[in-house]
Amino acid sequence: MELSGAMILLESLKREGVEVIFGYPGAVLIDIYDELPKIGIRHVLVRHEQGAVHAADSYARASGKTGVVLVTSGPGATNTVTGIASAFMDSVPIVVITGQVPTEVIGNDAFQEVDIVGITRPCTKHNYLIKETANLAKVIKEAFHLASSGRPGPILIDLPKDVIKGVVDFKYPRSVSMRSYKPNYEAHPRQINKAFDLLVKAKKPVIYAGGGVISSGAHQELRALAEKLSIPVTTTLMGLGGFPGTHELWLGMLGMHGTYRANMAVAECDLLVAIGARFDDRVTGNLEKFCPDADIIHIDIDPTSIKKNVEVSVPIVADCRNALVKILKVIDKESTPRKKLVRVAERKSWLDQIEEWKKTYPLSYEQKKDGPIKPQYVIEELYKQTEGKAIITTEVGQNQMWAAQYYHFTKPRTFISSGGLGCMGFGLPAAIGAQLANPNAMVIDIAGDGSIQMNIQELATAVENKLPIKVAIINNQFLGMVRQWQELFYDKNYSGTPMTGAPDFVKLAEAYGAVGLRAEKPSEVASVIKKALKTKRPVLMDFRVEPEECVYPMVPAGAATTEMLLA
Amino acid sequence: MVDNEPGVLSRVTALFSGRGFNIESLSVGETIDPTISRITLVTSGSPPIIEQIIKQLRKLINVIKVIDLTETAFVEREMLLIKVKAEAASRAEVLRIVDIFRCKVVDVSTHFYTIEVTGAEGKIEAILDILSPLGVEEVVRTGKIALARSKK
Repeated sequence: MELSGAMILLESLKREGVEVIFGYPGAVLIDIYDELPKIGIRHVLVRHEQGAVHAADSYARASGKTGVVLVTSGPGATNTVTGIASAFMDSVPIVVITGQVPTEVIGNDAFQEVDIVGITRPCTKHNYLIKETANLAKVIKEAFHLASSGRPGPILIDLPKDVIKGVVDFKYPRSVSMRSYKPNYEAHPRQINKAFDLLVKAKKPVIYAGGGVISSGAHQELRALAEKLSIPVTTTLMGLGGFPGTHELWLGMLGMHGTYRANMAVAECDLLVAIGARFDDRVTGNLEKFCPDADIIHIDIDPTSIKKNVEVSVPIVADCRNALVKILKVIDKESTPRKKLVRVAERKSWLDQIEEWKKTYPLSYEQKKDGPIKPQYVIEELYKQTEGKAIITTEVGQNQMWAAQYYHFTKPRTFISSGGLGCMGFGLPAAIGAQLANPNAMVIDIAGDGSIQMNIQELATAVENKLPIKVAIINNQFLGMVRQWQELFYDKNYSGTPMTGAPDFVKLAEAYGAVGLRAEKPSEVASVIKKALKTKRPVLMDFRVEPEECVYPMVPAGAATTEMLLA
Repeated sequence: MVDNEPGVLSRVTALFSGRGFNIESLSVGETIDPTISRITLVTSGSPPIIEQIIKQLRKLINVIKVIDLTETAFVEREMLLIKVKAEAASRAEVLRIVDIFRCKVVDVSTHFYTIEVTGAEGKIEAILDILSPLGVEEVVRTGKIALARSKK
């Protein structure tokens, strides 16, 4: 069948099971937009291309599918770079299609031309410039394969206008095979056995799980491993929800703003089981002092993550779920009623020590009845009223850390945050993407007054698409996290951090056609949240909080993770 | 060994610059399979750095195979064109060196001779050393190429 490039693109997306495209049209894309209404894929018009990428990213994280973005050339393409970099750092499967000027004028400084392939080369898993319409279907098949397999990541396809207009015979490839790309999913049996030996020998084991557990769908196997061998579990920011935050073996998040007991347990363990995590600097603190006495088992699908930062006793290059299933098989085979794998008294002493740490320095704050609203109180009230069942997206900074600390996630794909890049402005478009992936869920963006202004224009997208997302603005009139560093290390020299001049958020919400609510006293918090949750429209909640509250614990830069600053 | 496609060389070099690894020399050309190109690259670093470099290269979608020749027996060659001063006084000396090193004079003028040299690292270093006091005007190098020696 002879089809234009535009139709080939859309037909191929349909065959990949795409149901939503986040996009913003432009000159070189009109041929595609002309065909779009006929194809039966929902198009969500954003108000800034950065919003489209964050929304597609969040849609992918919330649903497990690959997110799709469609933007025009030049400024449309460059506006996607931040979002692509964030998806790249967090290994999220998205396909970003950018229109491009016709092939004959590429390199000529044409109107709205940029070398987006060159610009995004370092921050995409792979990218393509398509020069012939005949290659389009094959590239799309490859792109979706690359985006979602191995270690997932963003793929960019640069599509020139003449390729969009060109007409060729369309045949969607049935399969894809790339000689230069063959990720290894199967864990090697010898490594599994070595891991098992270390697991049963360990006196003080800890599991350190990351985003890979969620990508791999391994949360049940993770729980089984923890329970069978009674091993306490901590996760990274990206791993929240991969292990139930209400479980008795839960240590809390680890790292720079992790809980006291999580950081202490990792520091004092004799076996660290790293699953789908990459030993990022936010987690390790001073590398030379990180986990000094432990053997390390590292399960990761990406060989470059293994031994990049830390020496590892048992490296396992594999899909997390695959490796965990194999380990569980060995455990089940080796444990009999007569031969217990866990030395109960020994394990109890380790867990008791952890409980001691929890009692000594729990996460804490003080909400006075007639004092200013504490940010942590807002998060706890949100948690209570949603019964921990909401999908939470966050912006970046103090709001993000308090959300991670005080909302207890029990299911994967319910905490969506820009971790590796730490991109302010992520949360609002992310809430839109997550709501579209889960139309019946309660979706809440936890934001700061700084972050929310970075992609505030996406409120229009939420209102237009009737998405009942809730935005909780932790409004302290500062660029909070930077202010905290200035308070703790720069003698409170608040240079560039006070943020006055913010709009009246209630009026702003109403100007967009959403609902605006405000709480200025602790007694107003619960009722504002209750009203917001009941409202079947997008709601902005402005919480006027204590301006100089700090996130604790905190591991200062360069310090070991045991050298935490506490409240 | 990489896919012979536009932009692949860019990806490889960008990997090095982006992660702060150093490229000492680089040479690239088609293989007998026209869809595959071969890049010969010289870099240096501690063993963990080299391990990271190799793994990061393998991770690139267009890279088919990465071989570290350092630990194996291999044949290496590099070609240079050297423009050296050849005034009346030093001309004979230049020709004598050319003869000793078994290389060729490929250009002649009143002031300069251009010499073509091919050889392994030792020979290249030696001839540059010897010619230097005579006045080397300009040098252009291809970068090393290498092949593993066949197993007996």
